[in-house]
Amino acid sequence: MTTLIPDPADQQISSVPRRSVWRQLLRDPQAIMTGVIIVLLSLFGLLSPLISPHDPNGASLDAINASPGTAGYLLGGDESGRDILSQLFYSLQTSVVSAVIGAGVALAVGVIAGLVGGYFGNAVRSGTEWLFSLILTFPGLITLIVLLPLTHGDYRWTMLVLGVLLSPGTYRIVRNLVLGVKKELYIDAARVSGLSDIRILGRHVLYAVRGPIIVNTAFLMGTAIASQSGLAFLGVGAKDVPSFGLMIHSGFNNIDAAPLQFVWPCVALGVYTGCMVLFGNSLRDAFSGPRPKRQKPAQGLRLAATAAPTSAVVDGERVDEPMLAVEDLGISFPGSTGPREVVKGVSLTVDPGEVVGLVGESGSGKTQTAFAVLGVLAPEARVTRGSVRIEGRELVGLSESELRSLRGRVVSYIPQEPMSNLDPSFTVGAQLTERVRRTLKVSRQEARQTVLDLLARVEIPDPQRVFSSYPHQISGGMAQRVLIAGAVASRPRLLIADEPTTALDVTVQAEILDLLRGLQKEFGMAILLVTHNFGVVADICDRIAVMQGGEIVETGTTREVFHTPKHPYTRGLLDAILDESAPDGDSARTIGAAR
Amino acid sequence: MSALLAVDQLRVRFGTRRRGTEVLHGVGFEIAEAETLGLVGESGSGKTTIGRAVLGLVKASGGSIRFDGRDITSASRRDRRELAKEIQVVFQDPYSSLNPAMAIGDILSEPLLLQGVSRRDARARVRTLLDQVGLPVDAADRRPQEFSGGQRQRIAIARALAPEPRLIVCDEPVSALDLTTQARVLDLFREIQQRTKVAYLFISHDLAVVRHISDRACVLYRGDIVETGPVGQVISHPEHAYTQRLILASPVADPDRQAERRRQRRQLLDSLEPSGASA
Repeated sequence: MTTLIPDPADQQISSVPRRSVWRQLLRDPQAIMTGVIIVLLSLFGLLSPLISPHDPNGASLDAINASPGTAGYLLGGDESGRDILSQLFYSLQTSVVSAVIGAGVALAVGVIAGLVGGYFGNAVRSGTEWLFSLILTFPGLITLIVLLPLTHGDYRWTMLVLGVLLSPGTYRIVRNLVLGVKKELYIDAARVSGLSDIRILGRHVLYAVRGPIIVNTAFLMGTAIASQSGLAFLGVGAKDVPSFGLMIHSGFNNIDAAPLQFVWPCVALGVYTGCMVLFGNSLRDAFSGPRPKRQKPAQGLRLAATAAPTSAVVDGERVDEPMLAVEDLGISFPGSTGPREVVKGVSLTVDPGEVVGLVGESGSGKTQTAFAVLGVLAPEARVTRGSVRIEGRELVGLSESELRSLRGRVVSYIPQEPMSNLDPSFTVGAQLTERVRRTLKVSRQEARQTVLDLLARVEIPDPQRVFSSYPHQISGGMAQRVLIAGAVASRPRLLIADEPTTALDVTVQAEILDLLRGLQKEFGMAILLVTHNFGVVADICDRIAVMQGGEIVETGTTREVFHTPKHPYTRGLLDAILDESAPDGDSARTIGAAR
Repeated sequence: MSALLAVDQLRVRFGTRRRGTEVLHGVGFEIAEAETLGLVGESGSGKTTIGRAVLGLVKASGGSIRFDGRDITSASRRDRRELAKEIQVVFQDPYSSLNPAMAIGDILSEPLLLQGVSRRDARARVRTLLDQVGLPVDAADRRPQEFSGGQRQRIAIARALAPEPRLIVCDEPVSALDLTTQARVLDLFREIQQRTKVAYLFISHDLAVVRHISDRACVLYRGDIVETGPVGQVISHPEHAYTQRLILASPVADPDRQAERRRQRRQLLDSLEPSGASA
């Protein structure tokens, strides 16, 4: 162990291309179109003094209500004889400035306060929280109008105030993100390195939360432009600053004489703000990463259903039929380069009353195989081939309601994370009673008694108390007992347990394994136990199937596989097990001898 | 006694003074240079809190932590920056402990630059570090999401090694890894220790892992150290009833020996609780 041999697996880096947000945006037609329109319109606005044919406020008697196409007045003139095209250009300029000031202030205030409020302690957060709740209570439009004497009708000051009024939204987004990021271990690692808070906030936190902030900015800009136009339409603020709102107002007054005067500014404003919102949506999609192409799940199922043999389905109670028979099962998921097969032709049988361990490392496909048996694969997963039969009855191709009638009666499930499988807003008793009533079709009173008996059966010391407890009031081990009680309520003949003890402490794990063993004997259940832990397998399983890369590489009785593993992968796994008692002999024996 | 790290009567409370709960009730241990001390315990035993207190991530409410003779119980942020050269950390979750937005090269060089190392020297050091943990040099330009769990943990180890520390706090560094990866990462830890003489405070819930890597071990139970000693002795001749229970509850990867162990565990539990109640 003195020399380090680099393992080939560690030298290999996944070839998944790093897709930047930009690259993602360039592949999205909506982003390209809206982006180009926004840039063009903004350029028109910024260059308006250079490209406008007329002074936007310069009135000419010749141009009053001039129709579009009049020489020098491409889009015609308005009721006062001003050039509409020039007004549109300058209105765009006003909009650009509004958007920059409004969104800029909202971001500056909201992001800084959000970072500070989220990162530092509760006292600071109470302060910022109070402040922004206060800002939220101001009625937006009325505040802007009331503040007119202060802003002197200058829309830029108004936008500054609007920015402050919009900042609570940004603040809340940033504060929530920071509260999440703060718990990440890389922030702790940075603190251990001695980085100052400012540096951590600027380099680690801000970078992590930038996506939603950028997306939010697009919406803020749209809001600022719409608000500025709305105020101008109401006649609030200076009359000599060209604005879509003023143009719409004037066109509205003149709608009978020249309806087009109303249409131009409406279209321009609508397109500009609409593009910002759509671009914001594209940005959000780009930040959330590429989405795999959707597939029709039904297609795969139907295909498999026709391929599967249907001969043994007649009775379902035939004695020679294994409890569970999986044959040549294939499951694929949509990937970025077409379907990716994660289970590649798995065959496996579980006899009645037998405990079979499905062992493998992460990504070996063991959980997907178990999910296929339960009929609870993710919607995008496809069963590409093979069959799954429970007591001779084919599962692949069954409808959801037919599967549901099997689940809970014939086959039950114990999950890995007991806590996340209990609804936090209902008591344990209510959830179990509901389940028992559904599967056993009994009265509420009977169900309640059944549940209490079950809770006692899974060795919960005070069933009555646990019955009326909420999930957060009980420990993880207790929660797993509750789920086991629910799973065995209907006396299923097959129990699928997916890493049932992985989230638990070893002392609790030992108790749960004891409990499972006892229930298995008492009810004569078959158990398919999915696990990565060879200790658990050695403890409870009769037979083992070892999975690697979506295939079963070895099956055999537990003793066979442990003592004479045939496949090199199995040997590698068994060699990698750290034996706690290796150099000093068997510790258990020593304890036993001491007693 | 020339202990590198000496923790004495350490107490930690969470929450306010009136309504808080004490999670460490005065624990003490020492770690010498180039030694590995394993901290074993189940969830809620306070093992992670000890590590975080040593790192300055939680405040001690009593007792002392001394590093190389210096009291660091309530070191300031500035002192911490100095200490970062000496005490480093490898966390459990290789997915959360690396900033997904930063290239590996930046993750590794950031603490070095903070210590005043020049950009050029830092780059050279990053190359050496990646080599030391068995990763290709071009990993520096890549981002964490391109690496597997085991590779990420190697990167986290490289980050911890960057300032050539004398103590690394390892908080469940292999419990999120697959079996084969776990064995290789543990070998890496040992190999690094033999070369650099770094000391480890190795926190784990897994007896086998602690047995494999530690020189000495402390067993924690509900905020107290119930047993300390050479790791072979603690695991082979446990004295405290809790340690015995813990060891007999850990399943052995052998059907026959596990059946025997299961029988002994029943025996022990029955002798502890004559009523025969198991839970």
